[in-house]
Formats: sequence, C-alpha cells, structure tokens
Amino acid sequence: MAKARRAPVRVLIAKPGLDGHDRGAKVVARALRDAGMEVIYAGLRQTPEEIVRAAIEEDVDLIGLSILSGAHMALFPRVLALLKKETGAKIPVFAGGIIPDEDARRLRRLGIRAIFGPGASLHEIVETAQRLARGSA
Amino acid sequence: MTRTRASTTAAAIASGDRRTLARAITAVESGDDSADALLRQVFPRTGRVPVVGLAGPLGVGKSSLVNLLTAHLRAAGRTVGIVAVDPSSPFSGGSVLGDRIRFDRRADDPGVFFRSMASRGAAGGVAASTRDVVRLLEAAGFDIVLVETVGSGQVDVAIREVATTRVVVLVPHLGDQVQTMKAGLFEIADVFCINKSDLPGAETAERDLAELASLGPAPDGWRARIVRTSTVVPSGIPELWTAVEAHERFRADSPGHAAEARRRLEEEIVGRVRDLLSGEIAERLATDPALRQLVDRVVARELDPRSAADRLLSATRR
Repeated sequence: MAKARRAPVRVLIAKPGLDGHDRGAKVVARALRDAGMEVIYAGLRQTPEEIVRAAIEEDVDLIGLSILSGAHMALFPRVLALLKKETGAKIPVFAGGIIPDEDARRLRRLGIRAIFGPGASLHEIVETAQRLARGSA
Repeated sequence: MTRTRASTTAAAIASGDRRTLARAITAVESGDDSADALLRQVFPRTGRVPVVGLAGPLGVGKSSLVNLLTAHLRAAGRTVGIVAVDPSSPFSGGSVLGDRIRFDRRADDPGVFFRSMASRGAAGGVAASTRDVVRLLEAAGFDIVLVETVGSGQVDVAIREVATTRVVVLVPHLGDQVQTMKAGLFEIADVFCINKSDLPGAETAERDLAELASLGPAPDGWRARIVRTSTVVPSGIPELWTAVEAHERFRADSPGHAAEARRRLEEEIVGRVRDLLSGEIAERLATDPALRQLVDRVVARELDPRSAADRLLSATRR
C-alpha cells in the first residue's frame, strides 16, 4: 500500500489579528525551513477563518500562530474551535508571542500544544515543531 | 489504494470536499502509491480546462497578478484553482512558501482553492508533480487553473508542458535581462504581461517587446499578445484575461492542437518511464552486491561507465 511518507513536514505560520510585528514569525519560519520543513507563510492580519482554511487547503501537519497584540485569548480559542469543527482538531497548534503565564496555562488546557515567549531558543522551537508534526502523522 | 477507495476519493473531490482534495494533492506530491489509482480514476475527464501559467523573474508581481486575476474571474462567475510553486532549499530541502501572502482573504468562497507547492529539487520553475496536481484541481471542478511558477530565468520553461496558455510577466527596465531571455522564456510566451506599468519605462518595454514579437509568429502561427498591467492601482487585468482567452480559442481551433496534445502526453509517458527506471536501478544498485561490483570495476578502470550502464539496464529488464 502507501509508501512510508518521507515527504517534508508542512507547517503553516500565521499571524492572527491586527498587530504588525512579524519579525518573530519570520525568524521561526526561516528556522523551520532550515530544519527541512515546507513553511507556508500566510503573513499578517489573518482571521481565524482564513487560518483554518489555509491549513486545510495546504494540508499542513502543524500550525504555528504568532501574536503580540494581546488578543490571544480572543483569537486562539476561535482558531481551535474552527479547526475542531472543520478537521476534527487533528492538526496540532503551537504559538509564540507575548502571552502571560496564566493565559498560557488556559490556552494549553484548550489545546494549544506549546507556547513560546520572548527568549525561547530556536533550537527548542524547532525540536518541538518536529515532535508535534510527527505525532500528527 | 484500491479501485473502490480511489473512486470514493475521486467522487469526494468532484463533490467539492476540500480536505480530501488537499490530502490527495499531498499524496500526489509525495509520490505515494495511493496517488496512482486516484490519478488513473480522474485522468479520463481531464485536459479540458484552461491551465494558465505565469512565469517570469523574481519580484515582477506574479502572485499579485494571480490574486487580481482570481478576483476578476470570480466576479465573472468562474471558479479558480491555483497552484503556486516556490523553490525548495537545495541545502535543507526546506522551503518558505510565501505566495499566499498576496492572496486576498476569501475565507468563505468555495469557488477558489489555493495550494502552495515546493519545487522539491525540480529545475524548470514547477515541481515534478505539478501537472498531476493540476489534474486533481480540474477533477475538483474548477473552471480555470492558474499555475504560478518559481521566479524564473532564461531556461525555466517546464511550464510549457503544464500550461495551455503561458503568460510571461515582466516589468519596465528589465533591460539586459530581457535581452538574455530572448532565447528562453521568451519563446514560450503566448502573452507578455508588462506589470508595474505605472512605473516609467512601460512604454519602452512594450515597444521592445512588440519589436521582438514582430520578428515572426510562433511555429503554430500565434503572435504573442502584449498587455500592460498594474496591481497597485489595479489596471489591465480584464485585458490580460482577454488576451489569455484569445490564445485559448486560437489553440482550440489550431490544426496542430491534437498533435501538440499528443506530443505532450508522449513526453510525459517517456518521462515517467525514465523516473521509474532510474528509481528501480538506484534501488537495485543499493541492494544487489553483484551490480555494485560493476561500479567497483568502473572505479578500477576495468570497465567503462557506458558498458556498465548497459549491463545495469539489462539486469533491470530481467
């Protein structure tokens, strides 16, 4: 039957909401590329609906969300709810940005698999992404 | 994939199931065995829709044009499937696929499907599986398929084999680049699009291209059209589509049409045989000690590479 999939991991990197600070998302996108992944970079100001649609059309193994506006508690749960509705929530989601510890705990309970704040090492982010993507196969 | 499973998948794709389509594209891209049965299933009903390729150097605005063309076509009630190819890193194999950034939010429009593809080592501006991905989009019922190639230079003409109409996108003041492209990309252009024509120099660029086009029609008799567009304050987009449609009509009526379609498919078959054979030979070489000895003998200069290749080939045929 199907060959073992040795194809590169596909990951969607998107910035939900209205902040325009995409340096972090770009640095992570590049690090994931250098780790051999195919990074679909969706860019700034994405709605949760657009993010979920892109994830479906691009058939990604993983979604990374970056946010610095403070609207994570409004936007992340919406992405998770839509993902669950549209795909049965099989695609793991990780996040990065300015997210207070208390919010991070709540978001993890809601299903965000990993959250990285300022100072997180790229090495750690890449390793986590690889682990999450493998788990989703 | 069994035949029944392939036909279930094909039916789901035809009915507009986007997830199934997306997964099937992944299977085709990855060379999964499961893709063969599906492609067998959909092939008889493909080859009918316009497949419009956009090629041209990096940064001329191909993604923005795809975005505006899609809006134009949607306004006219046509559905659009899009494949946008970006390069894979030759070092890590990874890729940043950024063509979606220029694509406007159409989160709830079922008449559009956008897929990014990495070139995965293929030279020539498209990935090895792009042609089959186009077939899946056609099987999904899209009226028109747009293929955006890797920002390309002189010899990246693989889009010729995939698209029915080739749009070569340029910008004013490419100057010497235009000169060097005369022998490559220029030969495949059915439509020249001078984008960013709000910039100075667009008229000169159009004049230069017109001169080039006036040197004579393509072997099939088509004279490349030239269209000026801008995507900042959108202009020229309806004219661009009119030029594409004119070529599509010309192509359909052209006496060489059937022969050209046959040539392409023949080339595809030969290419497939080549891929299968070289894959098989690589595998045999890796696993069969007797065949590895052939290489040892070439290394020792006891045998020449051509004779070794002949023997490898006949060993594979057995």
